[in-house]
Amino acid sequence: MPDGAAPILDVNNLKTIFRTRDGEVHAVNSVSFDVGPGELLGVVGESGSGKSVTMMSLMGLLPSPPAEIVSGEILYQGSDVRKMSEAQLRDLRGGDVGFVFQDPMTSLNPVFTVGYQLVEPLQIHMGLSKKAARARAAELLDLVGIPDARKRLSDYPHQFSGGMRQRVMIAIALACDPKLLIADEPTTALDVTIQAQIIELVRDLRQQLGMAIVWITHDLGVVAGIADRVMVMYGGQIVEHAPVGELFANPQHPYTRALLETVPRVDGTRDARLRSIQGQPPSLAAHPASCPFAARCGHVFDRCLVENPERRDVGARHDVACFWDARTREPYNG
Amino acid sequence: MADGGDPRVLVRVDGLKMHFPIHEGLLRRQAGSVKAVDDISFEIFEGETLGLVGESGCGKSTAGRTILRLYQPTEGVIEIDGRDISTLEGTALRDLRPTMQMIFQDPQASLNPRMTVGSIIAEPLSEHHAMNATDRRNKVYELLDAVGLNRDFANRYPHEFSGGQRQRIGIARALALNPKFIVCDEPIAALDVSIQAQVVNLLEDLQEKLGLTYLFISHDLSMVRHLATRVAVMYLGKIVELAPRDALYNDPKHPYTQALLSAVPNPDPKTEAVRERIILTGDVPSPANPPQGCNFCTRCPKVMDRCRVEEPTWRDLGQGRYAACHLLEDA
Repeated sequence: MPDGAAPILDVNNLKTIFRTRDGEVHAVNSVSFDVGPGELLGVVGESGSGKSVTMMSLMGLLPSPPAEIVSGEILYQGSDVRKMSEAQLRDLRGGDVGFVFQDPMTSLNPVFTVGYQLVEPLQIHMGLSKKAARARAAELLDLVGIPDARKRLSDYPHQFSGGMRQRVMIAIALACDPKLLIADEPTTALDVTIQAQIIELVRDLRQQLGMAIVWITHDLGVVAGIADRVMVMYGGQIVEHAPVGELFANPQHPYTRALLETVPRVDGTRDARLRSIQGQPPSLAAHPASCPFAARCGHVFDRCLVENPERRDVGARHDVACFWDARTREPYNG
Repeated sequence: MADGGDPRVLVRVDGLKMHFPIHEGLLRRQAGSVKAVDDISFEIFEGETLGLVGESGCGKSTAGRTILRLYQPTEGVIEIDGRDISTLEGTALRDLRPTMQMIFQDPQASLNPRMTVGSIIAEPLSEHHAMNATDRRNKVYELLDAVGLNRDFANRYPHEFSGGQRQRIGIARALALNPKFIVCDEPIAALDVSIQAQVVNLLEDLQEKLGLTYLFISHDLSMVRHLATRVAVMYLGKIVELAPRDALYNDPKHPYTQALLSAVPNPDPKTEAVRERIILTGDVPSPANPPQGCNFCTRCPKVMDRCRVEEPTWRDLGQGRYAACHLLEDA
């Protein structure tokens, strides 16, 4: 990674809440991270950890109300996204920033042909003529490995299989040469052999086009194969962040460590009883002044119950939000 | 599990077919059929876990449901505990239900939202046993204890519970009639990773304590490796390979098994960086219109001319291994 290069995306202290009838839900809680040009940042977490809401907040994709970004700074290439007008935001979304969502069936419009949906952003964002846009659309489908691309432009989403639909989604996201691609669980709804195809495709595209990618997933295996850096989210916060090799070789947060131990491996190096994490993920409605993982943590001590730990550096580009020191196996003094 | 001595066969499936008719046109004439399960045969030994893996649409869930006679099979024999149940009807079949139970994938959809947890678990007891209310309540408490739920939960409703807890309720209901054989249909697929391990450990504990036999249907190859004694791999309605667990994972014989295993990502950046993946091209064909010859011939990286015309036979490769592939015929 070009270490000194200015980040393409820089997020500081982002807080997003949902105002519901039952009170406020603190979905994203003081999240800070950056993405460098051409870098692939993996975001790992369970359902309700706030990983999707974080990414939706970035480009103003959350309906407001009930969602509200209460504080924080989102800098895209130096300019604050939160201060942008609706028109500027629209230029950014689908233009410089592409999105791929989990379920391609619900994110493609079933009553328009795939060609129409591909041509639309090209005409709006790139100002291409209809003919040029259609030629470019065929190129894009070809790029993502859909055979017979020109013919398939006039097909509807239901005429494609799940894996092919996800390829179409990727083609739409890539239409305007984005500098940043946000992929929210893009392979979760797919079978493993199809997932392998999509991952291979994204690897190739990254090499050809050089865009930065934020890849959200709950699958540690997927992250291990593609990410440069990883951030682990839990209860609306980033609990650990490190380069991928470092995170897997030297996990610091008790949650990360437990997560790595609970998943069985297909190469079978672990065969004893699975270590499980007792209890349930925290409810985000209450927002106590304690560590979100405290109730399930094996190393919990009194400080964890009265104070929410800040992220602290434990190595090169490696930080963790925990009062317990995994190296000394004792409470951290600082 | 069954070490030494001859393991006893609890479930025997022979030439099982489950075809669903497709009706077309004004007169709803049968225009073809979806061959969801097309001629599968295997045995499950007492006390073991047979993993049944495959991708969505391969027919693994249909196979599990047909074996429990939730469907009327098109053809074939299903023997449970030495008794052929493939053609049983009515009361005769109902009397056998207590021995065989099912745990479903989606605990949200398989629990009645209007019934309390207590009555959900007690329902099979009142259907099959003449028990008085006190005995029934005690049995419900016993089952709640067995799956690690609080006895107070008996008076609550399913929506008050998390996914993992709901799955425990589903397990308690399946255990109510002291079954010998349980089909687990993707029981952890809807759960978060940190909760999956809890449920899997519970299933293993119960197996050890009660001597249960599982057919564990899953698309999660890593979890099947952890749980299963033997593993069967399905593709497009057929079993392509069946082998003891370690043999299958360490040395897969069928090209589909090889591709499937190589596609599973491993949580280890070091091995991921150097691993050679077999990337299959294309998608699974429709089971309404499977290809001629071998079902896998449209995607197989080692396909030969012969595969497109002749269907490979199910061969015994020795040491408990079976596979259906022309490449393995000289071996």
